[in-house]
Amino acid sequence: MTTTHVDGAVARTHLPVRDDDAPPPVARLSIGAPNADELFVRVGAWVGAVAIAWLVTQRFLPLAGVPWFVIVLFVSGITMTALLTTMTGTWVEVKDRVAGSVITGGALLVGAALVSTVAFVFLRGWRALLHANFVLDDMAGVDPKASFEYGGVAHAIAGSLIQLAIALVITLPLGIGTAIFMTEVGGRFARIVRTVVEAMTALPSIVAGLFIYAVLILTLGFPPSGFAAGMAISVMMLPIIARAADVVLRVVPGTLREASLALGASRWRTVWHVVLPTARPGLATAVILGVARGVGETSPVLLTSGAANFMVTNPFGGAMNSLPLYIYNGARSGEPALIDRAFGAAAVLMILVLVLFVIARLVARPAGSRKRRGLLKRGIRRLSALTSRSSS
Amino acid sequence: MTSLPVVDPSAPETVPRRISRRPSGGDAVFVNAFRVIGASVLVITGGVGIFLAVQTVPTLRNYGIGFLTGSRWEPEVDVLGIAGVLVGTVSIALLAMLLAFPLALLTALFITEYAPARVKGLLVSLVDLMAAIPSIVYGLWGFFLMMPHVAELAYWLQRTFSWVPFFEVRGTDPDSPVWDTTRYIASAFCASVAVAMMVLPMACAVMRQVFSQTPPGEREAALALGATRWGVITSVVLPFGRGGIIGGTMLGLGRALGETIAVALIISPAFEVKWNVLEVGTISVSSLIAIQFSEASPSQLSALLAAGFVLFLLTLVVNTCAAMIVNRSRSGADS
Repeated sequence: MTTTHVDGAVARTHLPVRDDDAPPPVARLSIGAPNADELFVRVGAWVGAVAIAWLVTQRFLPLAGVPWFVIVLFVSGITMTALLTTMTGTWVEVKDRVAGSVITGGALLVGAALVSTVAFVFLRGWRALLHANFVLDDMAGVDPKASFEYGGVAHAIAGSLIQLAIALVITLPLGIGTAIFMTEVGGRFARIVRTVVEAMTALPSIVAGLFIYAVLILTLGFPPSGFAAGMAISVMMLPIIARAADVVLRVVPGTLREASLALGASRWRTVWHVVLPTARPGLATAVILGVARGVGETSPVLLTSGAANFMVTNPFGGAMNSLPLYIYNGARSGEPALIDRAFGAAAVLMILVLVLFVIARLVARPAGSRKRRGLLKRGIRRLSALTSRSSS
Repeated sequence: MTSLPVVDPSAPETVPRRISRRPSGGDAVFVNAFRVIGASVLVITGGVGIFLAVQTVPTLRNYGIGFLTGSRWEPEVDVLGIAGVLVGTVSIALLAMLLAFPLALLTALFITEYAPARVKGLLVSLVDLMAAIPSIVYGLWGFFLMMPHVAELAYWLQRTFSWVPFFEVRGTDPDSPVWDTTRYIASAFCASVAVAMMVLPMACAVMRQVFSQTPPGEREAALALGATRWGVITSVVLPFGRGGIIGGTMLGLGRALGETIAVALIISPAFEVKWNVLEVGTISVSSLIAIQFSEASPSQLSALLAAGFVLFLLTLVVNTCAAMIVNRSRSGADS
């Protein structure tokens, strides 16, 4: 800027002259924030798209209904964004804007689907939840067409909890024990176990139910009962929990183990005082998410538990209902009153799963570097406690 | 002052202590106890697989090779063939992935690349929550809320893309002014919408995790070279996460193949090899088991178990491929 050529003369250097009358420099915009132009393109395109969509669906074409409006809105919004960007920007910017719109739109669609699922179940089921007897009574002697004043799903809730308890008693020690065996003991045999367990996570849940049905009920002669259902859920959950726990234990830093062993702790004490406490939040999350999966799974229960409409608390005492099974039977019955009850039960099931999920989130630490540091700190604290105990 | 150790000639000769890796005392108990636990789990889980595999023998002996190639499932005359069932299973799963894959990819990209940092954790939780919602709830959603809309969409697809062979709906006239709703509901397409909702969060979670492991150095290098956000995605994030994208999709496919309750709730059973996905009636292995198990004779029950084993093998192959792809890719090396 400071050199000029005048008629081929030698280039001369000009110093910039400070101009006192010049207007004060404009404050620089922050680089990340969009300027007015960009804001107009972003917002204006979608405002225009709403107008076009309304015009097209309500005035020009016979495309009544909300879905068509949304589709036309999305297409015209992206077209408008592309057109407006071409007026000022290059092809690269057009691609960037269009991709941004499509990605945001896709995520919004998924969000809408999730919200519609949760909202739909609660909208159709909330009426049942207003009656306390819906969660306190069973359906014994209640006419299926009766209003919500009578009967409830207490037997299904109790059945679900009992079956889940049976499954947990079996899978928790076995699943976490196997994970410890695979990570802490190791060896060739552990590799075989890991391969088989990972393969069995592919077992469809209905096949787990069919296995228990064929073996326990048909061959060994057990009646369809809560125990059989619990066993079916166990067969389904065991590989899932073992594998999840294995993944959690494998991320425990090896240095912690080595430190503990170097301080003279035995392998068992290392596992009990260092590895398991360090991995506790992760293990809890894995177990709770496995429980959420088990409580909502219908197919193993469908084949093995039978469906009583009265309260059964003895797991060996014959047919026992559960929440998913109650919902499934209600939805298939075609009877409007039973369908409404099924939605009420679905709302109860959703609340159960939501509570489990929130507990799982609270138990797990926030992700990121803080997690790693907290993990380490926890492990180091354990180590120092261990050494002070073994030295005393 | 330094003093040298004095060698005492009368002291007994020292021998190096023997080091053994063999656990002793409490450790031996620990190792062996957990070995027993591992072995019992191996017996339980492996037993299920072997039991299912053994069940295919009497089935193949009873129904011959026609069990795998035949498409008729008529328990009354004892003719069982699972070709139609397998085609139904695969078509539902593939359609579900066709719907779920782009949405999962877009959502994963949105969460890692576009969402503000403050809401990122919340969005991740929401995707996990979506995975935790019981499948029966998605079944209710698909059956009561989505089915009429999906049938309408199927009708529109058939009218607009009538030249696509998959979209043919037999027994209907696409040009008739009043459409016959009953021919469009309870189809593989309707079921796949609900199944897509189930597998979407699973695929999305894997993709998001892989995308979030993109090396920041490469990302910043692309930005420093003047790349736009989309440029960063195409040049860094997607190539890095390719293994995760394929692996996550295949894991979702494995889940979609085995999905039972939503499918059993939505479809109406039809036993034939058919690719008309918009037409009423289809069947999948898992819903076949759910519908048929109670009235099955012993030989038919073993046929159902054999069908379940075939499904298990299918899922196993898909899952193993997924795991291999994820492990071999750059991004999945440590996951």
